[in-house]
Amino acid sequence: MSAAVTYAGPRSRTLGYGPRTSAAATDIRPAASTRLRLGRPFRGARMLGIGALAAIWVTGSATGLIDPRILPAPWTVVTTGIDLVSTGRLQENLAISLQRSALGLVFGVSIGVVLALLAGLSRLGDALIDGPIQVKRSIPNLALLPLLILWFGIGEDMKVITIAIGVFLPIYIHTHNGLRSIDARFVELSETVALSRAQFVRRVVLPGALPGFLLGLRFAVTGSMLALVVVEQVNATAGIGYMMELARTYGQTEIIFVGLVVYGVLGYTADAVVRLLQRRALSWRKTLED
Amino acid sequence: MAQDTRGLRGSGAQPQAEQTTRGPGHDQPSVVVRDLVRAYGDEPVLDHLDLDIAAGEFVAILGRSGSGKSTLLRALAGLDRDVPGSGTVTVPASVSVVFQDSRLLPWAKVLDNVVLGLAAATGLSRADAHRAGAAALAEVGLAGRERAWPGELSGGEQQRVSLARSLVRSPELLLADEPFGALDALTRTRMHGLLRDLLERHRPAVLMVTHDVDEAIVLADRVVVLDAGRIAAQERPADHRDQHALRTHLLAALGVEKSSSPTPEPQEVPA
Ligand SMILES: Nc1ncnc2c1ncn2[C@@H]1O[C@H](COP(=O)(O)OP(=O)(O)OP(=O)(O)O)[C@@H](O)[C@H]1O
Ligand SMILES: [Mg+2]
Repeated sequence: MSAAVTYAGPRSRTLGYGPRTSAAATDIRPAASTRLRLGRPFRGARMLGIGALAAIWVTGSATGLIDPRILPAPWTVVTTGIDLVSTGRLQENLAISLQRSALGLVFGVSIGVVLALLAGLSRLGDALIDGPIQVKRSIPNLALLPLLILWFGIGEDMKVITIAIGVFLPIYIHTHNGLRSIDARFVELSETVALSRAQFVRRVVLPGALPGFLLGLRFAVTGSMLALVVVEQVNATAGIGYMMELARTYGQTEIIFVGLVVYGVLGYTADAVVRLLQRRALSWRKTLED
Repeated sequence: MAQDTRGLRGSGAQPQAEQTTRGPGHDQPSVVVRDLVRAYGDEPVLDHLDLDIAAGEFVAILGRSGSGKSTLLRALAGLDRDVPGSGTVTVPASVSVVFQDSRLLPWAKVLDNVVLGLAAATGLSRADAHRAGAAALAEVGLAGRERAWPGELSGGEQQRVSLARSLVRSPELLLADEPFGALDALTRTRMHGLLRDLLERHRPAVLMVTHDVDEAIVLADRVVVLDAGRIAAQERPADHRDQHALRTHLLAALGVEKSSSPTPEPQEVPA
């Protein structure tokens, strides 16, 4: 067929330099990338700075250059930690702290998701919900503490509610944003394949909003830690923060340090769990981070 | 469901003064467009356009950028409910659209993309829908890639998945807006072959928008040149012995300067 011949002629000529151009591009790449990048990451890069600090701490304490009342020796912190564990005091307080932040997280995430869905999936919901939340956004969470204490007392309720408030906002904002920024092209596609509204929400909207939700969850976990620390130092009678407050009144710097380590481990673990969740749930995405 | 599901009775502020019907009788053309007007502003984008497409006929639409090709296609796909206009559009009951981008949901596996909404739309069981989807993937040469993520496929493979997604619905009308526009020349040639095979088996009426005159001549039963919302020329490649002359003629209708060389380098209408 003569049409095919006419067609093939100029096409195959264009093909001639396709591969060559890309080969040239590959040749240029290494030079270009080393020029602007930081260079290769080396092994144990992150540990280097931490190791250096630890070395200063150890030598400072061993030579007596560091006053133990300001900064207890690392081994004092370790033995104090062991003591606290063997008497059961650490576990007791940790359990209470964990329970508080877990409850706060569960309530905060649930409320945030529900509100985001209401606002993200209906115009009326958006009109009713989004305005107040944007106002709330400009008030720092912890500024609400006096009010929350007046309303809910100084018991567990107030603590869990404060944490939940710190959690729901990032969840709401990022989930809502995810729901609202669904690509219009996918909406069009859903119309052409005649998806029902329920299918559209299940197949397109919710999975599309999942990255936003998970990002919100990372902020939420950080927020819950922050709120936890603050509420535990306000009229608490148990918890890691309470343990640290008590240590302050007795001048037990090493116990304060144990508390800090526990908070650090908690925060790091929680973030790692969410990141793992993110990787699992978003395995379809080739991420640039991590 | 049989009548007027083209979705043009939309809740929009300006409902189009338009009737739309589905499911023409047997001897009638598959697609009938009468007196179609679409205007975003004062200037009409489609200007009292008439177009018939016979069952199983492949019509390629050429036209310079902004001539209203996509607007026409979107009208047939029922995707323009908020665009003011008038006229009648009759299309078959089952219409599939292939977009310029493959438009696969990145968070759904390839097979799930192919069968998206299929079970509910056709009344097939989930298992049957999946079987049909896997068969369609095999047809486009992607057997074994059912569990891959779209992001793991090349551009050409993604476009093949999107073809499978359209064909598994056994459409009576296939609409495609520059379906191969984003592909390189070699992949595009391969896709032409594949498309012809598939169409031979499934025999839908086709309306394909393209920028590529040669693509139109090679694939289509009829080439329609759109200019300022009207049909400026239409030709059946089969009626022409001299394909060069046809090409030159179509390029002239598109307003492209004629080159004395029979195969000038720029093959496509400047966008
Ligand atoms: N959503 C819109 N709002 C306003 N004007 C629009 C819209 N979509 C298209 N138009 C206008 O309608 C005209 C025709 O657009 P259309 O997309 O149909 O052109 P086309 O022939 O498909 O062009 P191309 O080859 O560049 O895709 C253009 O002038 C464009 O500016
Ligand atoms: Mg277009």
